[in-house]
Amino acid sequence: MVEFWDGYGWPAAWMVIKIVAIVLPLMLSIAYLTFAERKVLSAMQLRRGPNVVGPWGLLQPIADGIKLLCKETIVPSGANRGVFLLAPCVTFSLALVAWAVIPFGPGLVLSNINVGVLYLFAISSLGVYGILMAGWASNSKYAFLGALRSAAQMVSYEVSMGFIIITVLLCAGSLNLTDIVMAQKSVWFVVPLLPMAVLFFASALAETNRHPFDLPEAEAELVAGYNVEYSAMTFALFFLGEYANMILMSSMTAVLFLGGWLPPFDIAPFNWIPGPIWFALKISAVLFVFIWVRGAFPRYRYDQLMRLGWKVFLPLSLAGVVIVGALVAWNGGPLAGR
Amino acid sequence: MIQALAFYLFASVAVASAVLVISARNPVHSVLFLILAFFNAAGLFVLLGAEFLAMILVVVYVGAVAVLFLFVVMMLDINFSELRQGFLTYLPIGGLVGLVLVAELLAVVVGWTLAPDMVGSAITRTPDAISNTEALGRLLYTHYIYLFQAAGLVLLVAMVGAIVLTHRRRTGVRRQNIGAQIARSAKESIEIRKVPSGKGL
Repeated sequence: MVEFWDGYGWPAAWMVIKIVAIVLPLMLSIAYLTFAERKVLSAMQLRRGPNVVGPWGLLQPIADGIKLLCKETIVPSGANRGVFLLAPCVTFSLALVAWAVIPFGPGLVLSNINVGVLYLFAISSLGVYGILMAGWASNSKYAFLGALRSAAQMVSYEVSMGFIIITVLLCAGSLNLTDIVMAQKSVWFVVPLLPMAVLFFASALAETNRHPFDLPEAEAELVAGYNVEYSAMTFALFFLGEYANMILMSSMTAVLFLGGWLPPFDIAPFNWIPGPIWFALKISAVLFVFIWVRGAFPRYRYDQLMRLGWKVFLPLSLAGVVIVGALVAWNGGPLAGR
Repeated sequence: MIQALAFYLFASVAVASAVLVISARNPVHSVLFLILAFFNAAGLFVLLGAEFLAMILVVVYVGAVAVLFLFVVMMLDINFSELRQGFLTYLPIGGLVGLVLVAELLAVVVGWTLAPDMVGSAITRTPDAISNTEALGRLLYTHYIYLFQAAGLVLLVAMVGAIVLTHRRRTGVRRQNIGAQIARSAKESIEIRKVPSGKGL
């Protein structure tokens, strides 16, 4: 029995503790990201935003959560029940499992696998299933149109995103996220790869269906897109998944281009602050830009969105791979080895 | 032990979902089970230590190919009862094809030997110092570079062919010509006139 506990029991329990240590702060950040979004948007529009529940409205996300929990889950009579209920679960759990490979600090990672970048890419490419399943199972035309738009958009931008990731991999010489961060010790990749970083951020906006690419949820034309028929907790799972994906994309930007947990300069006042705090600061900065873009830009038209993805981003990122690849080969190998 | 448990989990789910792919009544459910089968195959690859192949399987098959599959199946208006009508008449032919396939598979599995020049290299495992991806790349870009490039060219030709076959310029469609829009100048698009009051233009 002791053998069993030492061999399997305690490692498993330790793993569960680590998972909870990632998921709990994540859920809290999702809740307060929705709050931050409302506050930032309202500041941009010269409003006050939520300020009634709790001091400065700080308890607003908790109140929203309780409200959604107490509402009734409605399954439309024409819906395909199993798939309808599976879709939000798929979206939400995919948004959570991706966090397994994100390094929060030196050695602070749940699973330090060698193909971390590919894992993230694979998980983010699966995100489209939740949306497609929701759109189809709802048996409603608005939901289905929203799902089709969303799927086409995510598949399109994934291609250029893959190429952009390849340029980073060429510079880092590894698929392991920790190695990629360590390769940025001398200079963050955003400096040599600035055009790629901008493209990556725009693709991340499209990938998470955010403004100005939020056509799947264009409320003026599609009511609310793929999640019209969802209510209460099933809706909340979509909502949480979407915001978790936003945070995930921001952390991917931070890891790939902004040096992950590394301080900007490795000198006294900066390297006193521990790595995870730097990482959180970088994620928050990227998230702020996510919200800022929403406040500042008009929505793209659908054909313009597709044109941007296939005719602008794809050739540019492909050219980026060729140029960066040539430079790395000329340089005699990736930056990491120097 | 955990590895064995994981293997039986992945393998049994893969087989069960493969059976459900062909037995599910709803084609969309079939595709969803197909995706589950792909996913479990990726899990089996991970257990074999082929992590790169596993991830590529998920990215390519689950993330791209199956999405298009699902797209098409969702858009099709399939009459399920009509689809099942010819089931009994096609059963003998289908059964025959299945039997031939099983016989061939058995022949392959029973008569399995490695090519003589591969026997030596099959035993050498990937060195611990380099990762699975790196080992694969070293082999693919040195020993098999011509085959690799040829495979890429075949895919390129297939892609170009698909575009040539399906692309046609339809007339009477209003398209946005961004170059023309940007090339316009204020001089040729705006005209300012003094309008005398009470008269109009």
